[in-house]
Amino acid sequence: MRKLTMIEAIREAMEQEMEKDQNVIILGEDVGVNGGVFRATDGLQKKFGEDRVFDTPLAESGIIGTAVGLAMNGMRPIAEIQFLGFIYQTMDQICAQAARMRYRSGGRFTVPMVIRSPFSGNVRSPELHSDSLEALFMHSPGLKVVIPSNPYDAKGLLISAIREEDPVLFFEPMKLYRSSREEVPEEPYEIPIGKASVIKEGEDATIATYGGTVPMVLKTAQAFQEKGINLEVIDLRTISPIDTEAIKESVDKTGRLMIVHEAVKTGGVGAEIATIVSEECLYSLAAPIVRVTGYDTPYPVQTVEDDWLPNVERITEGVENLLSYQ
Amino acid sequence: MINIFEKHQPTEMYQIVNERGEYNEAALNDLNLNNELLQNMHYWMLKGRIMDQRFLKLHRQGRIGTYGPFSGQEAAQVGSALALSKTDWVVPSYRESLVSMIHGTSLKQFLSYLKGYFGGNRPPEDAKLFPIQVIIAGQVPHAVGCAWASKLKKEDSVTTVYFGDGATSQGDFHEGLNFAAVYNVPIVFFCQNNQWAISTPFEKQTTSETIAQKAIAYGMKGVRVDGNDVLACYQVAKEAIEKARKGEGPTLIEAVTYRRESHTTADDWTKYRSQEDVDAWVKKDPIVRFERFLMNKGLLTTERKEEMVKQFEEEIEKAVKDFEGTPLPPAHETFDYVYEKPHPQLLKQREEFKNRLER
Repeated sequence: MRKLTMIEAIREAMEQEMEKDQNVIILGEDVGVNGGVFRATDGLQKKFGEDRVFDTPLAESGIIGTAVGLAMNGMRPIAEIQFLGFIYQTMDQICAQAARMRYRSGGRFTVPMVIRSPFSGNVRSPELHSDSLEALFMHSPGLKVVIPSNPYDAKGLLISAIREEDPVLFFEPMKLYRSSREEVPEEPYEIPIGKASVIKEGEDATIATYGGTVPMVLKTAQAFQEKGINLEVIDLRTISPIDTEAIKESVDKTGRLMIVHEAVKTGGVGAEIATIVSEECLYSLAAPIVRVTGYDTPYPVQTVEDDWLPNVERITEGVENLLSYQ
Repeated sequence: MINIFEKHQPTEMYQIVNERGEYNEAALNDLNLNNELLQNMHYWMLKGRIMDQRFLKLHRQGRIGTYGPFSGQEAAQVGSALALSKTDWVVPSYRESLVSMIHGTSLKQFLSYLKGYFGGNRPPEDAKLFPIQVIIAGQVPHAVGCAWASKLKKEDSVTTVYFGDGATSQGDFHEGLNFAAVYNVPIVFFCQNNQWAISTPFEKQTTSETIAQKAIAYGMKGVRVDGNDVLACYQVAKEAIEKARKGEGPTLIEAVTYRRESHTTADDWTKYRSQEDVDAWVKKDPIVRFERFLMNKGLLTTERKEEMVKQFEEEIEKAVKDFEGTPLPPAHETFDYVYEKPHPQLLKQREEFKNRLER
């Protein structure tokens, strides 16, 4: 099978959905002629025309706000927010508008829209280009939040997101855009939203993670494997709605849980998972839950980010603490 | 067509009927309105006023929740709404209940909104109407997207979006107007400048002399109209709508009017404005003015008006009584319209909620 990078898989998903459904359109800053700052939409304006792929004025709230109206009147917009750190500019349009239109209108209107946005660290970007803000959207009923960690998932999840009748936030870890090439089927396929993937089975402890930290967690787990310790690794893939069953099933089996994410610690995805476990399977736990996350500061300057983010060293230490607790 | 956008500067106030009911004959002849439409304008303005005052009473009696009245703004709402076709989209805020009704919402539906029934803000299936927006200017980009979709689908539909003077300070107002002009979408931005954003007067909202002139900055036409003159409001809206339909671009209309009541039933205007301020505008009442005009033309009599008032009062009274017998939909429906299909955690919460209520 041919191999694609994640950015190529994302581009292909959009291209195939645009071929299939003429109501699928793309709008955002620099997505047309330039093909997006990461080339996610490269060549799509040329192929589908300026009435399908729109370079918008530089205004995030305008992009999402008009996309809401486009979706309410029959289109299926894919809106790009150039970097996730810019999404604060359009919080009302996402959380107070897109998320609630179905509820507000008693089901008369829906907002079948995808908001794509690159995020996550280790790429030496300027301020507000690397922040992991996904937890903000978990707290807004009506939204779905999807975060792929590899090319295969990226294509299938994005196709599902485009076909969804509700707004989906699709956050893409920048550092994984071109970090590997993997087999990706040529034909369109869906990966269900809301389902986690157990990417490594094990019995000794569970590590739940998603997005940019998935490869380093897997690498750490493989290193432990060589020492005879079998870690189970869950790639959540969707953080809203979160796959409670997959987490519960794994923790019931291993009795130990670590959560790894780049986002700041307080009020994050890890906090939600820890609460789910305490509600659903507290007595399965043999040790306190460990979180390896960003610290509760603004996303740091470039010279600090490698130490601030979860890294193999911090994850390894976390696993050792998790396993040594008696 | 007078082609008002070519002949008037955005800062000039356009008017056909003045406060004494005297009218600009040339403009009126040019409009060439039939008597039926003139009477329809009066029908909706009078019904709107009676309904609005009745809702204020219902709130005082504890029979509806918070209500945002529109008394004094009937001409702006009726004139613009009657200029629309049923195939045109309306995107309202919370002070345009009269527009929503003209465009298809029933009194019963609106009562279910005011009484907090689930689905109260669901526009009827056959009405091209967005739900009521509460966030100031939040609906402006939605309307632009809606008009943009009509254009992409090559439909003959124009979108009119309503907002107030306060909304023109919001980012979404500016972003919406800019997008609309850049993509040349078929939309009319209808601002009811009612002078007050809760307690903040127009002169503290902006140092622009008018709202209409802001259109110039976006490369679109702007017009300032006497918002208490239903004929002038109808005409500018009609021209703007037809201009948009022909693909000749969006328009910003500023209808200068007055919010006679408080912001909502939770507000008290005596805290921030004087009786004199209110009285000065009561003298410019849009309904009194139009009734003088109609009576001069022999299209309305005092007796006929009294009959209409009585008929509206009875109609509203009956609608309220009928509605008060409506059983509440099951409360757990509140979980059913968050997503197309509730996810497992939500289903679990729904069950818990339902079981607790049935206990």
